[in-house]
Parts: sequence; C-alpha cells; structure tokens
Amino acid sequence: MSETEVQPRAYRRPVSTWWWLEKRSYFVFAMRELSSVFVAWFVVFLLMLTYAVGRGDDQYQSFLDWAATPWVVVLNLVTLVFVVLHMVTWFNLTPQATVVRLRGQRVPAWAIIASQYVGLAVVSAFVIWLVTR
Amino acid sequence: MADSIRLQVSRYRPEEGSAPTLQEYDVPLRKEWSVLDGLNYVKDHLDSTLSYRWSCRMGICGSCGMSVNGTPELTCGTFLADLAPGPVRVEPMRNFPVVRDLVVDIGDFMDKLPRVKPWIIRDDEPEPDGEYLQTPEELDEYKQFSMCINCMLCYSACPVYGLDPDFIGPAAIALAERYDLDSRDRGARERLDVLIEHEGVWGCTFVGECTTVCPKHVDPAGAIQRYKLKAAKESVKAFLLPRGAR
Ligand code: SF4
Ligand code: FES
Repeated sequence: MSETEVQPRAYRRPVSTWWWLEKRSYFVFAMRELSSVFVAWFVVFLLMLTYAVGRGDDQYQSFLDWAATPWVVVLNLVTLVFVVLHMVTWFNLTPQATVVRLRGQRVPAWAIIASQYVGLAVVSAFVIWLVTR
Repeated sequence: MADSIRLQVSRYRPEEGSAPTLQEYDVPLRKEWSVLDGLNYVKDHLDSTLSYRWSCRMGICGSCGMSVNGTPELTCGTFLADLAPGPVRVEPMRNFPVVRDLVVDIGDFMDKLPRVKPWIIRDDEPEPDGEYLQTPEELDEYKQFSMCINCMLCYSACPVYGLDPDFIGPAAIALAERYDLDSRDRGARERLDVLIEHEGVWGCTFVGECTTVCPKHVDPAGAIQRYKLKAAKESVKAFLLPRGAR
C-alpha cells in the first residue's frame, strides 16, 4: 500500500516539553504515572521492614528508629498521598477495561468500582487483625 | 447578550513559510450559531481567503474538527453562546500537520485505518444464502464502537500520538474492537497481530482524553484497555500452551 503523500510545506506544531502542564487531565495523568515510583518505594520499605523483623529485636528496633526520622516520615507521607491517588484513579479506570456480565446483564461501572473498595476494606481489615491480634 | 463575539482564528499560509498567526474577526453572536456558523460568516462577509473543512453541519460527517479554546471539538456542535463573551480561539486540530489555516493533513490517519482491517473477515466456508443473521444482543456488543465518525478529535487530544506519530491511535483501535466484537466476524487473530506491536495498543498509557473529547461516546480508551487484556491473555496462552491447543 502506498503511503499518502505528506504536504511538503505543512506546518508541524512542536510539542512542548511541558505539554503535561497544559491541561488538568494531562497533569493528573502525569502524576498517576509518577505515583508508580512511590508505589515501588512502599514495596521496598515493606521488604526492609520484613527483613528487619526477621533479623531479631535489635534490628527491628533500629529500623523503627530510622523510620521515625523526619525525612523518612515526610517521604512516607508524600508516598501515602501518591499511593492513594494511584488507587483512586486505578479503581475509577477499571470499569472501562473490564466488561463483567452477570446473568446476561452488563454490570454497571459504579458496581465494579464499589466492589474494589469493598475488596480493599476486607483485605485491610484482615491485615489490621493480623498485626494487632 | 452582547450582539457580537470575537473569533481569534489561526491563519497559516504555506507559501509565506512563516509560523501560523492569529487573526481576529468580530461575528454576530446569535443563540443558535455554532463556531462553524461564525467561520462561515467570516468566509461570506469578512474574509473569503479563510480555509477550513466542513460539510454536514450536524455532527455526522466528522470533517469540521478544530481546536476551540484549546479543546478538540466539532465546530458545528460547539455554540458561540456557550463561549460568550469570548474571545474564541479557533485553531487547527493539534497533532496533525497544518496544510493551510484550519485545514490539517489527515493522510496519516487514512494510512492507519486499513491496517486494522476494519471489515468483516470470514474463514473460507461457503457463503450463506442470505445475510449473516445477528440478534439485537449481538448488535449491542459492538454498537457503541461502530458510532465513530472518523473525526480524529481523539488523535488531536492524545499526547502519545503527539509525541509518537507511529502510534496507531484511538479510533483505529476502537474500530478493530468494533469488528472483533461482531458475531459475524472471524478476524480477531489477524487484527491482534497488528495491534500487539509496540505502536499498537501498548503505545497507549491511558491518559483517557480520547474518550473525554469523543463527540460520539465511542470510548476509544475503553476499547484500547480491553484490547490490552485480550493481547495479554493471548501472550500468556502462547507461552503456556503447546501450539495446537491455542
Ligand atoms: S473515536 Fe470518537 S473522537 Fe475518535 S474519530 Fe471516532 S468519533 Fe471521532
Ligand atoms: S460539519 Fe459534519 S460533523 Fe461538523
């Protein structure tokens, strides 16, 4: 198939490096992409915690002391904000990607979103029970 | 309501070779006038050198897409009264080369469409005597994706397409999904081969703007994510199952 000929003197508008600041929706998107870095940090933090627990009381205590230093607390607070953003946007996008049918009827988007929050609540409750029992 | 509104219209004259400039026109502000009516007023009464595309004036032909105050819109379906007091900035659709004034080169989109084979593909069984039959439920499966009018607003809203023009893009993928979901079609495998490429569905990072701007509620972003699930499933199957069982 022959490619359609491009007009020789057509004007191409350059894409600015800051295109993601041009619109609110672009900005939210850029932040959602960025949030993956923070999600990864929480995973690393959790692995470090598990490792410290495995190495006995002293190691665990020094890990807790380190985790209480101001910069780690600030970092973890920022991370929390990004992880919440990641979660909310992810949950909101799922119904677009998944078509669930129950008895021939398409499950409405709000039900898919709600079920994810229910799932989150159940898992969180289980973790809290596990940790505090 | 004021009786006129200012349009700031992007002008590009390729023979002059300089970047586009904005030219201002005051047009009557009438309740029932769309941006396209404003442009037609300019063309008829103020400046006959202005170039732009349009045809149906009723949101069906998909040729009047432009950037209105920075948002991709069908100009025949965007009303001046909603944009009052103005000014209203009318520019060519982003992400496409500008041929003149508000006219863009759509050749790239025209090249991409046939690549996803947007027609019904059958295995070579004998043709039926009459039509291929389909129930209303089977029609509902793909109807939404068949509403596309090829206006390309989704391409002009998509930052991925802006940065990487090789990305096959929202409408083409939605159209592939339209035929995949058609109960009469057997071509899903062939289309997947095209869309599983890097410039296919995986180019998409789910910004979601295509769905926001689509005047026909096609939801191309949804189509792309569903395609990604399908492609991922196929890859897992290809990895786990022996050739014959796929
Ligand atoms: S999917 Fe929507 S925005 Fe994209 S070309 Fe089709 S009708 Fe236009
Ligand atoms: S003129 Fe046909 S869609 Fe606007």
